[in-house]
Amino acid sequence: MVLARPVGTASEKTTGDTGSTGAAGEAREVGPPRDPRGAALRLALMAVPLAFFGIFFAYPVAAIVTRGLRTDGRWRFGRIPEVVSDPAVVDVLWFTAWQAAASTALTLLIALPGAYVFARFAFPGKGLLRAVVTVPFVLPTVVVGSAFLALLGRGGLLDELWGVRLDTSVWAILLAHVFFNYAVVVRTVGGLWAQLDPRQEEAARMLGASRLSAWRRVTLPALAPAVAAAALMVFLFTFTSFGVVQILGGPHYATLEVAIYRETAQLLDLPTAAVLSLVQFAAVGGVLALHAWTVRRREGALRLVDPARTARRPQGPAQWALLGSVLAVAALLILTPLAVLVERSLNGPDGYGFDSYRALQSAADSGGTFFVAPLEAVGNSLRYAAVATVIALVVGGLAAAALTRRAGRLVRGFDALLMLPLGTSAVTVGFGFLIALDEPPLDLRASWMLVPLAQALVGVPFVVRTMLPVLRAVDHRLREAAAVLGASPLRVWREVDLPLVGRALAVAAGFAFAVSLGEFGATVFISRPDHPTLPVAVARFLGRAGELSYGQAMALSTILMLVCAASLVALERIRTDRSGEF
Amino acid sequence: MALLRCDGVSVRFGRHDALDAVDLAVAEHETVCVLGPSGSGKSTLLRVVAGLQRADAGRVWLADRDQTGVPAHRRGVGLMFQDHQLFPQRDVGGNVAFGLRMRRTGRTETERTVAELLDLVGLPGAQRRAVDSLSGGEQQRVALARALAPRPRLLMLDEPLGQLDRGLRERLVVELRELFGRLGTTVLAVTHDQGEAFALADRVVVMDRGRIAQSGTPLEVWQRPVSEFVARFLGFDNVVGATVRDGVAETPWGRLPVPPGTRPGACRLLVRPAGVRLTGPREGLECTVAARTFRGDHVALVLRPSDSDAPRLEASCALRDAPGTGERVGAAFEAAEVVVLERDG
Repeated sequence: MVLARPVGTASEKTTGDTGSTGAAGEAREVGPPRDPRGAALRLALMAVPLAFFGIFFAYPVAAIVTRGLRTDGRWRFGRIPEVVSDPAVVDVLWFTAWQAAASTALTLLIALPGAYVFARFAFPGKGLLRAVVTVPFVLPTVVVGSAFLALLGRGGLLDELWGVRLDTSVWAILLAHVFFNYAVVVRTVGGLWAQLDPRQEEAARMLGASRLSAWRRVTLPALAPAVAAAALMVFLFTFTSFGVVQILGGPHYATLEVAIYRETAQLLDLPTAAVLSLVQFAAVGGVLALHAWTVRRREGALRLVDPARTARRPQGPAQWALLGSVLAVAALLILTPLAVLVERSLNGPDGYGFDSYRALQSAADSGGTFFVAPLEAVGNSLRYAAVATVIALVVGGLAAAALTRRAGRLVRGFDALLMLPLGTSAVTVGFGFLIALDEPPLDLRASWMLVPLAQALVGVPFVVRTMLPVLRAVDHRLREAAAVLGASPLRVWREVDLPLVGRALAVAAGFAFAVSLGEFGATVFISRPDHPTLPVAVARFLGRAGELSYGQAMALSTILMLVCAASLVALERIRTDRSGEF
Repeated sequence: MALLRCDGVSVRFGRHDALDAVDLAVAEHETVCVLGPSGSGKSTLLRVVAGLQRADAGRVWLADRDQTGVPAHRRGVGLMFQDHQLFPQRDVGGNVAFGLRMRRTGRTETERTVAELLDLVGLPGAQRRAVDSLSGGEQQRVALARALAPRPRLLMLDEPLGQLDRGLRERLVVELRELFGRLGTTVLAVTHDQGEAFALADRVVVMDRGRIAQSGTPLEVWQRPVSEFVARFLGFDNVVGATVRDGVAETPWGRLPVPPGTRPGACRLLVRPAGVRLTGPREGLECTVAARTFRGDHVALVLRPSDSDAPRLEASCALRDAPGTGERVGAAFEAAEVVVLERDG
C-alpha cells in the first residue's frame, strides 16, 4: 500500500474508500445505518448537554436580557435602536469591529509563515517550541494583559530602556491579540498543512506547473478553508476580547465586552448592557455560522497523510532564513512578554528577590484587598478548574458522541450552538448566573459550584472541538465489526471508541482545564470574595495602586502562567494525530 | 434444514433498489458464494443478514427464527469485512479473542482457542504482534481467525480475498475450502471474482442490480448461464440474436446447431469459445484473426467475420495450432457448446 494511512485520519471517512468495489452505489451502502434506535440514542445522549446549556447558558442570558428590556411587565424594544444609535455606543461598536479585523490580519500575517515552518520543517526542539507558542492561547487574558503592561506600559521594559510607552496606544492591544492567537493559526492551519501530501504538489510540477503555481493551484485551495476557519476563530476571540482590553485599553478603548462590563458592574445600567449583549450575540452568531460553514468545507475530501512523513530539514539558505526569522519572531513576540512578566514579579523595591511571592502568603500583606492569603487563590483555582474540567468532559463528551454520526440540519445546529459560549459575553453569563440562579429550585448563588459551572461553559466547546474530529475519523465499520462479534452498543463504545479517542480525551481535558483556570469575565462576578481565583486576584491587585500590589499581580500571573504551561507541556506529550480545531 | 433463509428481502437507498425481493436459502454446512459486479447489492445482502442494515421489506430467518428486530450483536453470525477492520489498538491475540470476551468465555479457554485458531490459519504464536505490522495476507488470516473464534453458526465473508495478490489468493481459496470442509462451517461469501466463487462454493448465486439472476452449482452456472447478463459477467462475449427453426438457429454467423428440444422462435444464443472450431478458410464462417492473447495453456482469439454485419467472435485454441494475427481462417460451431439464453428483463 503506497499511501499508508495513519489510524484515525480523515482519509478514512466512514463513507470513503471501499476498495475495489467503491462504485457510487456501494460506497453509500457502507455508511452508518440510520435506524430509529440510533436517533433515540442520539437524543438521549444530547439530553444532558441540552439541559446543561439550557439551564446554565440560555436561561441566565435570557434572564439578563429580560431584566434589561422588560420593565413594569412590558417589553421595551424601543431601547434597542436608542442604545445602538448612541454615539458612544457607535464608537464602541466601530472600535470592536476594526480592532478585531486588524488583530486578525496582523495575526495571519505573522503566524502563517510560522504555520508553514511548523508543518514542513523538521528541527530540534520543535515539539517543545510548539508547546511554548501554545502557552499564550491558554493563558488567562488577565495575565496576557499584565505581561504586555509589564513590557509596554508605564515603568515597563520599553519605558525603562527607551522611554517608549505603548499602553495608551492601540498597538498594545493588537500585539497582545497576536500574542494570544498565534497558536490558533499555527495549530489550525499548520496542523492541516502538515497532513497535505507533498506529492500532490510534485504531481502538479511534473505536469508542468512552476513551484509557485503548483503551490497556488494545489496547496492553497486545500488550505484556504483552514485559513478561513482560523481567521474567523481569531476574529471571534478578539471581537469578544475582555481581559486584555480591560487592562491595556485604559479609559480610551473599550470593546463591546468591556462596555457591557462597565454598564453592568460600574454604571448599573442594565438596559444598555442588555442591548449590547444582544448586539454581541448577533455578531457572534454570524461569525459562528460562517465558521461552521468553512469547517464543513474543510472536512471535505482531502487526502491526508501522516504529518511525520511530510516534514524534513530545511534546505538551502532561503529555507534556513525563513526558519530563523520565524523562530526570532516567536522569541520576540511570545517569549519576551512572558520573560518580562517573570522578571517584574521578582523585581521588588529592594532589588531582585521573592518579596512579592512572600507577600502573597498572608492576607495582611495584600493591603486589605483580600480576606484571605492571596496564595489561597492558587488552591481555589486548581479545585474549581478540576471540577469544571470534569463537568466539561461529561457534557462535551456526550455532545461529541451524539454528534459523531453525521446527520441532518438539526444536529448541525446543535453543533454550532455548542460554540456559542465561546463568543457570548462572559460578563453577561456571569451576571446572569447571579440574577437567574438565585431562587429555588436552583438557588446556587451561595454555592461554590457556580464558579466551576460557569468555567465549564467555556471548556465544553474545546472538548467538543477536540473530540469530534477524532470520533468522526473512527471507521464506522470497526464498530460494526465489534457488533457482529457480539458487542452491545455500549460495549462497542467502550471497546472501540474509547481506546481510540483516549488520547484526544486527555488533550480535551487539558484544554478545558487551562481555559477554566484562566476564565475571568464570568468568574469575576460570581467568585466569592473569600474564595478568589487566580485571574480575579490578579485583576484586583492590578486595580490597586502601589508597587507591592503590582509586584504581587506579576507574581500571581507568573504562578498562573506556570500552571497553564505545565498542563500544556503535558498535553504536547499526548498530542493526537489530528490536532483538532484549535 | 436451511440455516439461513431470506424471504423477499428488499433494501432501498433513496430511489435506488439495492436489494429487490431477494429469496435465498443456505443449508447447514453449505458454502454459498454470491457473485456479482460492483453495486449489485451483494454486500448489502450480507449486512442485512448480519443485522447491520435494516431491510425495508422481507424477513431473515436463522435456524427458523425470525431475526426482525434482533440487533447485530445477538445474531450469532460472523462477518469478515472486506478490508478486515482489525482493531488497530489491539494486538493479534486481542483481536482474535474479542468475540470470546464478548461472550464472557473464561481466560484459559480463550487463550487456548486463540492459539488453536492462529495455528489453524497458519500464524502460530502471533498473539503479541501488532496488527499494523502484518502483511495483507496475514491480516486476512487474523480477520478469519477473529470471525471464527466465537464459533458463529453462519460465517459471512465480504470479498474475502479481494485485496490480495493473485498467487496468495489462489492458495488461500484452496486453504479456505479445505478449512470450511473440516470445520463443517456454514458459509455465505460474496465476491466479484468468478474464479474465487467457483473454487470456494458448493453453490453460486449470481446477482444483478439487487436481484438474483441465477443460482446453481459452479458447474451448472458455468455450463448453462441462464441470461445474457450472467453469460457476459462470466466473461462470455459470443452472444447473438437468433431465430430457431427446425433444430437450427439462424444467426449473423450463419446457421448454428442448437441443443435438441430447443423451442422455435427468436432468442439469444451463447456460443462458448471452446465451441468455436477453427477450420480452413473455405469451410465454415470466413473470418480474419483480429487479435490473439496468450493465456498460458491456450490462446484466446478474436475473429472478425468477413461479413461486416456479423459481430466479432471469440475462440480459443491450443498454442501450437494458433494462427497469427491477420490470417484468414474458417469457424465451425459445436452444438454442445451452444447455450440458449433467457431474455434479460
